[in-house]
Amino acid sequence: MCTLEKRGRLFLLKLTGDGEHRLNPTLLDNIRSAITQIRSDPSSSQSVLITTSDGKFFSNGYDLALAASDPPLRAVMAAKLQSLVADLISLPMPTIAAVTGHASAAGFLLAMSHDYILMRRDRGFLYMSELDIELVLPAWFMSMIRMKVVSPAAKRDVALTAEKITADRGLEMGIVDSSHGSAGETVEAAVKLGEEIVRRGADGHVYGRMRETLLREVLHAIGSNESASNGVRNSGSKL
Amino acid sequence: MCTLEKRGNLFLLTLTGDNEHRFNPDAIATILSLLAQAKSQAKRGSVLITTGHGKFFSNGFDLAWAQASGSLTGAAERLHQMVESFKPVVAALLDLPMPTIAALNGHAAAAGLMLALSHDYVFMRKDRGVLYMSEVDIGLSMPDYFAAMVRSKIGTSAARREVLLSGKKIRGEEAVALGIVDSAAHDSAEGVVEATVGLAEKLAAKKWNGDVYASIRKSLYPELCEILGLKATIFATPKL
Repeated sequence: MCTLEKRGRLFLLKLTGDGEHRLNPTLLDNIRSAITQIRSDPSSSQSVLITTSDGKFFSNGYDLALAASDPPLRAVMAAKLQSLVADLISLPMPTIAAVTGHASAAGFLLAMSHDYILMRRDRGFLYMSELDIELVLPAWFMSMIRMKVVSPAAKRDVALTAEKITADRGLEMGIVDSSHGSAGETVEAAVKLGEEIVRRGADGHVYGRMRETLLREVLHAIGSNESASNGVRNSGSKL
Repeated sequence: MCTLEKRGNLFLLTLTGDNEHRFNPDAIATILSLLAQAKSQAKRGSVLITTGHGKFFSNGFDLAWAQASGSLTGAAERLHQMVESFKPVVAALLDLPMPTIAALNGHAAAAGLMLALSHDYVFMRKDRGVLYMSEVDIGLSMPDYFAAMVRSKIGTSAARREVLLSGKKIRGEEAVALGIVDSAAHDSAEGVVEATVGLAEKLAAKKWNGDVYASIRKSLYPELCEILGLKATIFATPKL
């Protein structure tokens, strides 16, 4: 479901297999445990995380079919994703999403939970599908959108037009940091960016705390949403 | 002073008459009731376009009516009444269960610009018409929801400064560059309306659930909704 590879100071987290990488409870648990593994690595305060995927999809969002067949799982997936995003926000290292396929709804949110989004321009789009599938965007999703998509027109296009955003359109909107010719080139560029960041030598724990402050509103929205049983977020700071 | 027409999926709200379309209590009440009518008739694929006749979209509150009260305190009270009673108009637009488009036929100043910005999309003329927040020139302070609207709909510090602090009359091309309007490509009022109808038809074809649309819209502007007392929650089940 997902693999974790280490290349020098880079952690490569990959959502594997040719499917839609729907964020069901199992995949969310796998990703979270990969993040825990990353945190416990002694070199982690001088590292970078790159998240990418196999196949046509980065992630197509929550497993809605699963939720339809077993309604309580809906809240479980939401809680697990919130925990994961809180974890990513407090992660003591820069994070890069190398988006090599479609990222929809919760999948788009997962990409936005990274500090940098690099994306292939030949295929694939970012898509807040909720309006098209008649779901209201949860407040904490909206909080992330407001933080990461800055211009009012772009916010409106993401949430109210449910635009299917290609890499170059994403560049225009300020959501995507750079676009690349293919999946391979995107990952390569992410690795290059990661290595450049590592060379700068910033302290990961300071970085993580700064990011938490920057995205405080999102953490607050998550915090006021969390159910008691999934309430603990790992802040991970040594300070 | 104001009419609501239905053309297929489109609701067309028009500020009629060749005057400044100033908002006095009667005009405000009329607009509110027409918006309530549109809301009650809303269905999937509905879209609202708001436009006006003549040189003005709207030049704001009816300050002459305020001054006609005969005293300084009377004028201040009347102005306050208009400021307070216009809030529900903005709230009604933010709450409207359908996409909304302002087709600016002419000048939009002060509360008139607020009316425009209360819509999801704003189109203006390229050749004529300005956007103008007159408050700094006439010595009026900014109602809280006006400032919140500017903060919600205008993204950069520079643009906000130009709008609120410079007393500038902003023409179409500059309005697009500042990110205040979505388009200023047409050289006539008819051209603008036609373009908005084109956009409306594209949006209508999505056949969105209006309640979901309104809920997502409100969650984009939490600060403004809080000031207006608008809540943003509904229960919806997804189409898989």
